Amino acid sequence: MTMQGVQGEERTDLTKAESREIRRRSLRLLSSLVKPIRARLGIGFVAITIAQALRVAGPTLIALGIDQALPAAMKNDWTPLWLVAGAYLLSAIVTAVLQSFFIQYAARTNQNVLFDLRQRIFKHTQRLSIDFHETYTSGRVISRQTNDLDSIKELLDSGGNEMIAGLLSMIFTGIALMAQNQGAFGILLISFIPLGFLTRWFQKNTKLEYRKTRVASARLIVHFVETMTGIRAVKAFRKENANQEKYDVLVEDYRYVNARVIQLFGVFDPGLKMIGNITVAAILFIGGSQVIHGDLGLGVLTASILYARRFFDPMESIAMFYNAYQSAGSALEKISGVLEEEPSVPEPANPVALNNPRGHLAFNDVEFHYANGKTVLPPFNLDIPAGQTIAMVGTTGAGKSTLAKLVSRFYDPTHGAVTLDGIDLRSIANDNLRQAVVMVTQEAYLFSGSVAENIALGKPGATDEEIVAAAQAVGAHEFITSLPDGYNTDVNKRGGRVSAGQRQLISFARAFIADPAVLILDEATSSLDIPSERLVQIGLQTLLAGRTAIIIAHRLSTVSIADRVLVLEHGRIIEDDSPAVLIAGTGKFSKMHKAYRDSLV
Amino acid sequence: MNNNGTVATLLRIFPYAKKALPRISLGMGAALAGQMFALSIPQFLLHLVNSLASHGTIAKLIPLVLLVLLMGALEACMTLLRRWFVLTPGTHVEAGLRRSLYAKLQDLPISFHDRWPSGQLLSRVTGDLSLIRRWLSFGLVLFIANSITIVIGLAVLFSFHWILGLIFLVCSVPIWFRGYRFEKEYHTVARLSQDQAGDLATSVEEAVHGIRVLKAFGRGDFMAGKFATDADSLLKTELKKAGLSANILIYLILVPEFAVGLSLFAGVWLVASHQMTVGALVAFFATATVLRWPTESVGFLLSMTQDAKTAVERFFEVIDAPVDITDPEQLQTITKPLGRLEFKDVHFRFADTAADKPDLLRGVNLVLEPGESVALIGITGCGKSTLTALTTRLYDVTGGQVLVDGIDVRDLSREELRSHIAMAFEDATLFSASVRENVLLGNPDASEAELKQALEIAQAQFVYELPEGLETRIGEEGMSLSGGQRQRLALARSVAAKPEILVLDDPLSALDVDTEAMVEAALRTVLSTTTALIVAHRPSTVQLADKVALLEEGRITAFGKHSELLATNAHYRYVISSLDEEAAK
Ligand SMILES: Nc1ncnc2c1ncn2[C@@H]1O[C@H](COP(=O)(O)OP(=O)(O)OP(=O)(O)O)[C@@H](O)[C@H]1O
Ligand SMILES: Nc1ncnc2c1ncn2[C@@H]1O[C@H](COP(=O)(O)OP(=O)(O)OP(=O)(O)O)[C@@H](O)[C@H]1O
Ligand SMILES: [Mg+2]
Ligand SMILES: [Mg+2]
Repeated sequence: MTMQGVQGEERTDLTKAESREIRRRSLRLLSSLVKPIRARLGIGFVAITIAQALRVAGPTLIALGIDQALPAAMKNDWTPLWLVAGAYLLSAIVTAVLQSFFIQYAARTNQNVLFDLRQRIFKHTQRLSIDFHETYTSGRVISRQTNDLDSIKELLDSGGNEMIAGLLSMIFTGIALMAQNQGAFGILLISFIPLGFLTRWFQKNTKLEYRKTRVASARLIVHFVETMTGIRAVKAFRKENANQEKYDVLVEDYRYVNARVIQLFGVFDPGLKMIGNITVAAILFIGGSQVIHGDLGLGVLTASILYARRFFDPMESIAMFYNAYQSAGSALEKISGVLEEEPSVPEPANPVALNNPRGHLAFNDVEFHYANGKTVLPPFNLDIPAGQTIAMVGTTGAGKSTLAKLVSRFYDPTHGAVTLDGIDLRSIANDNLRQAVVMVTQEAYLFSGSVAENIALGKPGATDEEIVAAAQAVGAHEFITSLPDGYNTDVNKRGGRVSAGQRQLISFARAFIADPAVLILDEATSSLDIPSERLVQIGLQTLLAGRTAIIIAHRLSTVSIADRVLVLEHGRIIEDDSPAVLIAGTGKFSKMHKAYRDSLV
Repeated sequence: MNNNGTVATLLRIFPYAKKALPRISLGMGAALAGQMFALSIPQFLLHLVNSLASHGTIAKLIPLVLLVLLMGALEACMTLLRRWFVLTPGTHVEAGLRRSLYAKLQDLPISFHDRWPSGQLLSRVTGDLSLIRRWLSFGLVLFIANSITIVIGLAVLFSFHWILGLIFLVCSVPIWFRGYRFEKEYHTVARLSQDQAGDLATSVEEAVHGIRVLKAFGRGDFMAGKFATDADSLLKTELKKAGLSANILIYLILVPEFAVGLSLFAGVWLVASHQMTVGALVAFFATATVLRWPTESVGFLLSMTQDAKTAVERFFEVIDAPVDITDPEQLQTITKPLGRLEFKDVHFRFADTAADKPDLLRGVNLVLEPGESVALIGITGCGKSTLTALTTRLYDVTGGQVLVDGIDVRDLSREELRSHIAMAFEDATLFSASVRENVLLGNPDASEAELKQALEIAQAQFVYELPEGLETRIGEEGMSLSGGQRQRLALARSVAAKPEILVLDDPLSALDVDTEAMVEAALRTVLSTTTALIVAHRPSTVQLADKVALLEEGRITAFGKHSELLATNAHYRYVISSLDEEAAK
């Protein structure tokens, strides 16, 4: 099993090699995120370095105060005291100002990284092909962009700045200690041994557990999103209890792994403290005996103790950062996996320009099957001259939508090529292709936002007049104006504010305004009543003039406006001729048409 | 928001945290004890330094060092204890909140779900709840423990010398002022940021669910642009938050350090003038060092508290949302279900309908006798789907009654009502589960034969040819099916539920003529014994039903046999007949 892209994403038991590969991948992502902000990082680093250095000077100043200024003051010489205390105050002010500057500065940097990452994932998931989305599920994509990003955000704002500050503080404290009291410093060095072991233990254990939390939280989100999306069916079929049971299990799984990592941290953090405190006591002992032997001033001893204590002070925030880092690390693993996925319908490297497309479509030896195997469209050839209106009919599941999706390049044929004006679709730039070919999909999805916005999606920047004109052309204007805010009415999520037929009309208007050379309508009128459908058909007749169109419909009324009818069965085109000829014949279409006529009243 | 507001809001979470409270309090105790041990160390230092200053010996040194060691070890143990006490219960509280939120969301009526953007719900169930957990098991505990520590520490400082103590006390005054202002300012921004995060989640979700439309129009980049605008607003809010934090942090760092600087001066002077021992001075600085972290932590603890408060508010916005479709207090049950469905002067209007607009449904009267099937006809947007939704109380009527076997649907439990009525919606919703589970959703105990029959009626035999037959996973996490295949499964599902009443909303719209005819033939056997309300647009579907009801301007304006209506009703002809136009050709 490989770990390429999102494969094996739910596995937690990675082999060493796989782990390494994944780590490399996340690091690559991380470094690409950091690259643009290197300069900023540099400035921030300088600020924080000065702040920490000044801060670390504190105990030394106190030591000076006790060892130098105090004896001087005893002799009534107050100048050293003034100097020392003044220096202390000054360094306090500078530290605080710099530190606060650093925090704001770091926040800006962090937010920029986050913004960058957010956009990258968003854009990338939009770029990925339909088949990726079909297998990966929306819930997971959402989870990557919400929960996983949150944990990176947490890393950035909980830890980043404090960690750097803390590390620097430790380094400076160490240096200061070394300068003043080598014995104490030696002890500090020794304390690194248990520290290292503890950290290693923590790292090893959390890595695994954090991977589990990512998987568990994604599952939770997937289930949550699915329930909320299908809430009507959930209620109507009394699925609430079964849902709740399943959800409770998922919540408990998530809680359990979460508790595990928190517990690990709950040992790690006190462990650090313990090491720190033992070190302080040891330094106290060494320092104390040095003082007894007269090798050390009291002030220096104080400073050593303060330093030793301060040395371990940032440990907690570093540990927290490290913790967040581990968590974000697993999130980054998953995110980098998604980013590593390549669209199976790739953008051409050397696109051929498609200027003023006429709309001549051709299928050459095209064969297609979905990833899971069974051939949906056995090899076939089909030529659709520019400007022709094709009606496609056939039993459900015959492959009509599939064929349409090949034209709009949701998928690439597994064999052969689809061409537009003689150019293979695979060598036309995506934007170029989308201008030329537009499909109204079987499900009329509306985005939350106003009716106008939804229509304008077909042509960003469309004027109000254009929007109204498009709505009028498909017969949607009337109902839209009767909505509470007319064109500005929010259609709610998935267009729940309007009826099914109204949704179809709006998506139809959306295609109308896009004005493509090739228009594909996949059962775009299936939920419409007959009068509305009639209106749409009148609109279609003007719309389709001079355009290539593929109209998939079960209602044969649509067929009347077609130049040519294709009958599809089990993926094969079994009839292909003008409607009049087919109706007059004895084939399948003629039978269907007869049944249809009979059903009319 | 004032201080009271914060406390009152946060207190609301405690009923959910009841079980965890004892351990959280113990955790607080441990935290405090740990700090006290830390605070005690300087006291031993005092003796140690004083004894060193007066020519101490190793023998005197050792017990004191051991004491310091002991205190240090105890402090670490207390940290361990604190975490141990608090962490697991914290996760239980979070899980509990998460479950309640989900349960509530499932209970809330459709009208709520219509209104609420999906991302706002999602962000509540994920980000917000973990904020609350962290606050409970970390923020709250430390906030209280650290505050007490600071007060005690201040007292200890006073004990070294009142002047030194006073310096610290006076210096800390600006912190209190800043802290108070900070709380107010931060809260607004925190709220904004969490709401914006929810909006962003909504954009994410819609862009994923609507991916096909975006692809079909090549609008991925366009959406990404919109997304960037939203993300940018969030970025700005986050920066404001950081600005506020940085602002208060200046004080939190500066004040103690400033006080130490002043104390350095005062302390040396005090020692020089023999008002204080060197040991006390050293211990004083050591104590001040111990207090450094608790003081600085106040900053992020304050912001954490505000974040938690906002999260709690957002949580309760859902929990407090009224469930206006509930089970009645006086439950009635249908002892012998027959399947009579009656609409009696039914009125309905959506909450956001403009005041000057009439109700969507204004007096629907319709009776479906047991076993009778009625087709519901009307133009797009006239309220057919809405009417069907009233039967299972997805919405409640705003006037009049819907009766099943003579009992108002509002007098039945929702569970029972929905077991008598099965629906098929306009858009076939399948869940991530096997074909079997999807079809048997409303009747999990059905026999194999019943399942087979339901699939046959819906002409969904294609499922046997799927890679794993009935066990094939479908829905989002499984195989994608064609539009007509999905619709047939949804139909099979409603048939398999074996209800007394079937409510089918345009159930054959995605089927081709042949399949439709077969489904109709098969459905007739079911419909001979089942009451059915079938929304239809096509004459072919209408013929499935015994009678036809015409919905027009919110009322049933005609009811009768298809042929009768066709002959007598002009509007009916207009809605259902395509002959006029056909004839014109
Ligand atoms: N994404 C997919 N992955 C795998 N199989 C698929 C996918 N989409 C469709 N299929 C299968 O491919 C076949 C053809 O589906 P298609 O959607 O093209 O049918 P259709 O002719 O449009 O039918 P309908 O009239 O019901 O919409 C069906 O058997 C379906 O189950
Ligand atoms: N959640 C809602 N809030 C407010 N108004 C709504 C809501 N849902 C639907 N409407 C409005 O109520 C009217 C009736 O909608 P409904 O879905 O019942 O129509 P329908 O008769 O089923 O139409 P169709 O044949 O297109 O499915 C429509 O005009 C629609 O705009
Ligand atoms: Mg289809
Ligand atoms: Mg409807």
